[in-house]
Amino acid sequence: MRRQLPLTVEEVMKVDNKLVLLFGDVGTYGFRFAQAKFPDRVYNVGILEQSMMSMAAGLAMQGFIPVVHTISAFLVERAFEQIKNDFGYQGLGGNFIGTGVSYDMVSWGCTHQCPADVGVLKNIPGMEIVVPGTPAEFDSLFKQSYRDGRPTYFRMSFRSNAVSHDVVFGKALVVKTGARATVIAVGPMRERVEEACKDLDVTILYYTTVAPFDGDTLRENLQGGKLFVCEPYYSGACAVDIAAATGLRPVAVTYIGIPLEFPHHYGSLDELDAFFRLTADDIRTRIKSALLPP
Amino acid sequence: MIALKEKIIRISTAANEGHIPAALSILDILWVLYDRVLGVTPETMRDPDRNWFILSKGHAAIGLYVVLAEKGFFDPALLKDFGKFNSIFGGHPDRTLVPGVEASTGSLGHGFPMAVGLALAARIKRTPSKVYVIVGDGECNEGAVWESAMLAVHHKLDNLYCIVDHNHSGDSALNPGDMRKKFESFGWQAVSINGHDQEAIYAAITQRSDGKPVAVIAETVKGKGCKIMENSAEWTHKYPTPEQLEEMIATLT
Repeated sequence: MRRQLPLTVEEVMKVDNKLVLLFGDVGTYGFRFAQAKFPDRVYNVGILEQSMMSMAAGLAMQGFIPVVHTISAFLVERAFEQIKNDFGYQGLGGNFIGTGVSYDMVSWGCTHQCPADVGVLKNIPGMEIVVPGTPAEFDSLFKQSYRDGRPTYFRMSFRSNAVSHDVVFGKALVVKTGARATVIAVGPMRERVEEACKDLDVTILYYTTVAPFDGDTLRENLQGGKLFVCEPYYSGACAVDIAAATGLRPVAVTYIGIPLEFPHHYGSLDELDAFFRLTADDIRTRIKSALLPP
Repeated sequence: MIALKEKIIRISTAANEGHIPAALSILDILWVLYDRVLGVTPETMRDPDRNWFILSKGHAAIGLYVVLAEKGFFDPALLKDFGKFNSIFGGHPDRTLVPGVEASTGSLGHGFPMAVGLALAARIKRTPSKVYVIVGDGECNEGAVWESAMLAVHHKLDNLYCIVDHNHSGDSALNPGDMRKKFESFGWQAVSINGHDQEAIYAAITQRSDGKPVAVIAETVKGKGCKIMENSAEWTHKYPTPEQLEEMIATLT
């Protein structure tokens, strides 16, 4: 997905002279062509995420559409207050594109990981959160939403699904329908969820926007009184939205995401997925066991 | 100026809210900006090529409110509701509520980098806009202030003027030392002035920039003009009794 980012930004810059890119000394090589073509709208600002974010707000106040890019831990967690005050409270639009989400930067350790991003940003009223499953989906979702006047976070995962779909900003897709339960797959979890549920009689919903949360599609597709939420960040970040969507209907909800703990491990993504029981086999086992009669 | 100081004290006292000494500290600077430099009026406040002012030390908002009221941005009578539930005026300014307020500040260290962004945007747009920002000396404890100082020099933002309200309120916590030298060492064109001398303020914030951002270190007195409050930590967030109030008003300078 990181390779798609400069391509998408450069393409949009060609047709929209309001787009300005600020990045924090991350992905410099990838942005070299955009920087050469648009030297007055592409800036490697340096390693100062808080000022970069406020500076982006200043650009937005002058009518520009800022895109701010760096590693999610620093974009979201270090500059959270700047996103909250300078964009959210002030009613300004901007696009924040984070890389190194979840434990993607596995060998770098927890300082460079950010499984909390969605839960944290959910606390900013009006914040939009996009979790693309593939590079093509990022490209599409960015073009659909980048100039909507709201603060929008795009979560660029190292993991991608093999197949892209026609995703619509703010809408969930019904992947398949079944009777015994509903399974939500968020962004890059889709491929694993489809594999896990290939012979299970369940409905699968695919979410690439988690704020605003498409409660209508969930409400219309609740099946079997059971809901599994498979999400690539700390479990339960969308719990309030899900509770609002399910309302008074009796639904047993199981969250299958990253547990709230620091992984003191390195190695590979596959190893971390196995450690947190997030492989396709693990997801299948967890769903199947919950579907067994009591 | 005495009339404006009286308004600040009466409005804050009635609401039991607002930082009176901080507002008095920057009042001369605000007045010069809005009276002689910015050229922003209620009619031009949406002009995309206007000059911009950001009050980065948002807790001095009551000073900005009385100046904006005096310049016709809104009905001065509205100020009597300062701090009330339905008022547009709070302890920190809200750009979505108050006509003429450019940025919702309050959390220190945000307004200055926003001003850097505004100045950069003006240059991208090739507009003649200048951007003025007031930061407090205590606010200069924030790392974002010095990040911004580096950014402004790196991008050669000679349309940016940073006015430091150096009322020494932060000295007891973290003494910043020689502020002019600090900004100069970051590459700014810096001057130090008496922040209550309106001619000196005017000269400093209209000086030609030599390809660099301009820092104006305004030596000010917290609570300026209200003797009992001047340089008194006790009055940072305190309000007079009715008897004290009338005495304060009668002795304002």
